[in-house]
Amino acid sequence: MNIEALLLSLRLASTVSTLLLLVALPLAYWLAFTAWRGKFLVESVVALPLVLPPTVLGFYALIAMGPHGALGRIWRALFGHTLAFTFTGLVIASLIYSLPFAVQPLVASFESLDRRLLDASSMLGAGRARTFARIILPLAWPGVITAVVLSFAHTLGEFGVVLMVGGNLAGITRTVSIDIYDRVQALDYTSAHQTALLLLLMSFVVLSVVYGVNRRVWSLWPSR
Amino acid sequence: MVTVAEPVVTSRLSVRIQKRFRAAGTPPFQLGIEESFSAGFTVLFGPSGAGKSTLLDCIAGLVSPDEGFIKLGEEVFFDSEKKIFLPPQKRGIGYVFQSLALFPNMSVEENASYGLSHLPAADRSEKVERILATFHIQALRRRKPAELSGGEKQRVALARSLVTEPRVLLLDEPLTGLDEGLRQSILQDLREWNTVHGIPILYVTHNREEVNAIGDRVLAIEGGQGRKSGMPGAVLDAPRSAGLAQAAGFENLLQGKVIEQRAVDGVMRVALDATHCELEVPLGTAQLGESVQVAIRAGDILLATHALHGLSARNVLPGTVESLEVRGPLGIVRVNAGARFTVHVTPGAMRSLELTPGLILWLVVKTHSCHVVSPQ
Repeated sequence: MNIEALLLSLRLASTVSTLLLLVALPLAYWLAFTAWRGKFLVESVVALPLVLPPTVLGFYALIAMGPHGALGRIWRALFGHTLAFTFTGLVIASLIYSLPFAVQPLVASFESLDRRLLDASSMLGAGRARTFARIILPLAWPGVITAVVLSFAHTLGEFGVVLMVGGNLAGITRTVSIDIYDRVQALDYTSAHQTALLLLLMSFVVLSVVYGVNRRVWSLWPSR
Repeated sequence: MVTVAEPVVTSRLSVRIQKRFRAAGTPPFQLGIEESFSAGFTVLFGPSGAGKSTLLDCIAGLVSPDEGFIKLGEEVFFDSEKKIFLPPQKRGIGYVFQSLALFPNMSVEENASYGLSHLPAADRSEKVERILATFHIQALRRRKPAELSGGEKQRVALARSLVTEPRVLLLDEPLTGLDEGLRQSILQDLREWNTVHGIPILYVTHNREEVNAIGDRVLAIEGGQGRKSGMPGAVLDAPRSAGLAQAAGFENLLQGKVIEQRAVDGVMRVALDATHCELEVPLGTAQLGESVQVAIRAGDILLATHALHGLSARNVLPGTVESLEVRGPLGIVRVNAGARFTVHVTPGAMRSLELTPGLILWLVVKTHSCHVVSPQ
C-alpha cells in the first residue's frame, strides 16, 4: 500500500473540508434565507459539479490555472509559478468539485428549522449573528457534521479532477485513487486491493457517521 | 383576587396599516387595520384566517406592511412615508407565538435568560429568578422544553418574553388547549405582572370562552379588517357578519330575504329561503329585497309544547323535534320548522317537557335575539 499517497489524500481532504465549511456556511445561510427570486441560478451553479463529468470541471480548472488562465496569471505574479500540478491547485479545484456536498446538507438543515424559533430570537433582541451562533448552528449541527463528512469523503475519492489538474506527481498530487489506478495499470493487484479495501471501509464509516448523527437527533427531539 | 392598579407608564400603541398578500393558488388577502391600543388587555377576536396573527407579525416587525404607520407613544416603529422600519430586535416587543417556539437546545433557565444577554450575569440571574417565581416554574429550571407539559411550556414562553420587560406584549393564542383552571391561573399571573408594568397586551384568540374569561376590550377582526371594538358583550352579542357570528357561537345562521320594513315599529320581516318561515327582526341597514343572514343563539330560543297567546315575543314558529342530544349540562334539541333550528335547553327541561323526536312544538324567539348579519 502506498502510505505517501494515502497521507496526501487525507491532507487534501481535511484541508478541503475545513475550507469548504468556511465558504459553505455563509453561502448556505444566504441560500436558505434569501427572498431573492433569482436564487435558483446560484443553486444551479452550486449543484453543477454533481452533474458535470469531473474531466470537464478539471479541464476548465486546468485552463484557468495554467499560464494563460486568469487564476494562473495572478498566481504567477504573486508566487512565481502557476497553480496547475501543485497541491494548492488541487485544493482549489477540489473546493469547487465538492461544493454541493457541503452546501446542500447545510441548506437542507437550515431550511428545516422552525422559522418561529428565529423570529423568537429576534423578538428577544438578538441580531443575526447571535441568532446564528445560539440557535441556527446548534440546531443545524447534524447538517454541519454531514456537510463536513460528505465533503471529506468526496474529496478523498476524487479521481478525474485530480488527474486533470494535478497530474500524477508522487507526494504532491498522487492521491490514493490515482495510486490505485497506477497499480492496476502495473498489474500490481495486491496493492490495489489493499488500498481499495481501505477506501471502501472508510467510506462505510463515513456514511455510518452521517446516518447515525441524523438518527440521534430524531430520537432526542420528539417535538420535531 | 385580581388587583387593579393604575399603570405606571402608559404608552399607546397606534397602528394604521395596509398589507396586501398575493400567493399563487389562494385568493388575494388584504389586511387593513386602524386601531389604537392602550395599557391592559385587548382581545383580538375573529375566525381563523381573519388576519389576527398577521397583524401581530406586522406590529412585531416580522412582516413589513405596504403602507401606514406603527407607533408606540412618540416612537415610530414603522412609517411608510418616512421610510422608517425598525427591525424586530430593536422594538422591545414581547411576542409569544402560538407554537411558543421555545429553544429546544436550551434549558428553561437558558430560554428565560436569552433576552437578557446585554445585562451583567448577576442582574441576569436575579431577573430570571424573579420571573420564574412569578410564573411558578422555579422547579423546572434545568429541564429542556421536550420534558415539559403543555401548560408548563406556556408559562416558560410567557416568562421568557416578560423577563425582558417589553413595552408591548403580543400573545397569539398562548393558552389554547389548557383547561379552564390552568388558563385562569396563568391569566391571573399575567394580570398581576401587568399591574406593575402597565403595557398594552394584544391577545389573539378565536375562542369565545377565552374572550369572556379575559373580559377586557375586544377588537373583532374578519377578512383582514377590524370590524368592531368595545367590551366583549357589545362585540360578541351583536355580530355584524356571518363569519364573526359563527366564531362568536351563534349556532343558528339562517339565510333569508328582507320582505317588509316597518320603521314605525322598529322592525323588519325576513322570509327564510326555501321555507314558509318568516322572522321579525330589528330594523337594520339592509334594503328591502336584500339577502341577509339571521344569527340566533341556540340558548336564546324558547320551546313551548302548546300554542301561546299574549306574548311579547314576536316570533312563534311551529315545528317538529328531529333529534335530542345531551352533552353534560347541555341539552341540544334540533327542530324542523321549515328551516332547521338548534335549541339549547337543560336536560331537566327536556325531561319535564317530555320531548321526543316527532313531537310538535313551538319555537319562541324575541325580535332582539335575531341578529341580522351580512352574508360572507
